[in-house]
Amino acid sequence: MKMDTVADIRLAGVGKTFGQGENAVRAIGDATLDMQRGDFISLLGPSGCGKTTLLRIIAGLERPSEGGVIVRGRSVWSGGKRSVEATRPVSMMFQEARLFPWFTVAENVALPLRLRGVKKAEREARAHALCETVGLKGFERMRPSSLSGGMRQRASLARALITEPQVLLLDEPFGALDAMTRDTLNLELMSVCAEANVTTILVTHSITEAAFLSDRVVVLAARPARITEVIEMPFARPRTLDLQRNPEFQDMLVRLRASLTGGH
Amino acid sequence: MRTDNFFRIALPTATVAAFLLAWTAYVHTAEVSAFILPTPLQIVAAFIELVSDAEVWRHALVTVIEAVSGFLIAVFLGITLGMAMARVQMLEWAFKPFIVCLQLIPKIALAPLFILWFGFGLESKIVIAAALAFFPVFSNALVAFRSVEPGDRDVFTMLQANPVQRFTMLDLPTALPVVLAGMEVAVVMSMIGAIVGEFIGGNEGLGYLAVAMLQELQVPGLFAVIVLLTLIGLTLYTLIAQLRGWLTPWHASVASKAREA
Repeated sequence: MKMDTVADIRLAGVGKTFGQGENAVRAIGDATLDMQRGDFISLLGPSGCGKTTLLRIIAGLERPSEGGVIVRGRSVWSGGKRSVEATRPVSMMFQEARLFPWFTVAENVALPLRLRGVKKAEREARAHALCETVGLKGFERMRPSSLSGGMRQRASLARALITEPQVLLLDEPFGALDAMTRDTLNLELMSVCAEANVTTILVTHSITEAAFLSDRVVVLAARPARITEVIEMPFARPRTLDLQRNPEFQDMLVRLRASLTGGH
Repeated sequence: MRTDNFFRIALPTATVAAFLLAWTAYVHTAEVSAFILPTPLQIVAAFIELVSDAEVWRHALVTVIEAVSGFLIAVFLGITLGMAMARVQMLEWAFKPFIVCLQLIPKIALAPLFILWFGFGLESKIVIAAALAFFPVFSNALVAFRSVEPGDRDVFTMLQANPVQRFTMLDLPTALPVVLAGMEVAVVMSMIGAIVGEFIGGNEGLGYLAVAMLQELQVPGLFAVIVLLTLIGLTLYTLIAQLRGWLTPWHASVASKAREA
């Protein structure tokens, strides 16, 4: 078996229960999934279906109650502890930009390199280059508080990309933005992911967003929280916003909606 | 904006002027003796006389040394204990009820005891100043170091930050604005502590000087000492407030002031 046919990310029977006894809440159950290198996968489901919990388990931020996660051959959770080696090639973006007000925009973007001990001159150069890539040229010396919501998420994206990650985990990063900004950022995200050949997992509750961005959409259901279906998005890349007017795309949205509501 | 700036200076000046005028008018119309309540002008004269006496500055220095030493001890202990209890739940459970009970004791009432234990010199005043200044620093530090958001911690976890990096780049900058707000209260408390200590015992410091003035029925002189104490307290407070501007320029409490100015 060749290396590139081995799953890049493998979820094996991942389950999570919060609380104990009568108060126990099943957040996610028996999630099994293989992802190849460069895949773009969306976790689509209603709120309360455990999609964010699943993403946090993959990121190593939440301990699974059962099952395991393998990222590039390494177990994220070994012996109940988060593995630093396994999560090193993983970057994550959150619902909020989570920039730190005591750093400038460029310092925020360069923070991952600073924490890894990269020299100041080098990390500044890379941060400035990346700021330009994500459309933040001229804003490098500003404080995050003077940026708009969309700009902040651009900076957050730059911070996630500066370590040249192999896996990108996105927890509805553009959910709070207006539709136009969201479309723009999604297009940029797609091109960045394709160029860097990163494996991407996006948590979203937007059917259109999931269908437009993904190679495969993982549909989750709530109560009991579980994966109900994995659906291929057979649309050629590169994709443009025109795709969203395509009848096949519209049919796919209907199909996804049906899968979400449980009727086939 | 120009008119705003004008009113920001003119209005408080007018308030103070009206107060001083009313005071002067009252003393003259009610014919109050200068032994009871001197006029503001008499106080100004007494103040000028006071500050031209080198001996007074020696007393002032003593009070400042006591207050600042007590303040620094309170800041060190308050931040250390607050931080430790914010991190280790068991420590909070073990010590916080005890510390709150200590806080509920009126520490001013304990001041004579401190004099008994630590003598009539600087030490007892420093202890009283530290005891009064400790709690605002401690309680603010406890809240501050606990107010790091879980989402921010997640970012540092994803970035594989080590404990030292977490402390210097996340916990400390998050906590600093609230800790500094506690220090602003504490520096005023430490002045009060030092003065109360000097009231009760000893023969140095502005608190002692105030008592001496009263015993000699030099009421304008007493008021002059109070004015000097107020100015010293204001200076110390302003220094800490400045420190906040230097250390946490990003914080809303500083940034909004900067926008207004």
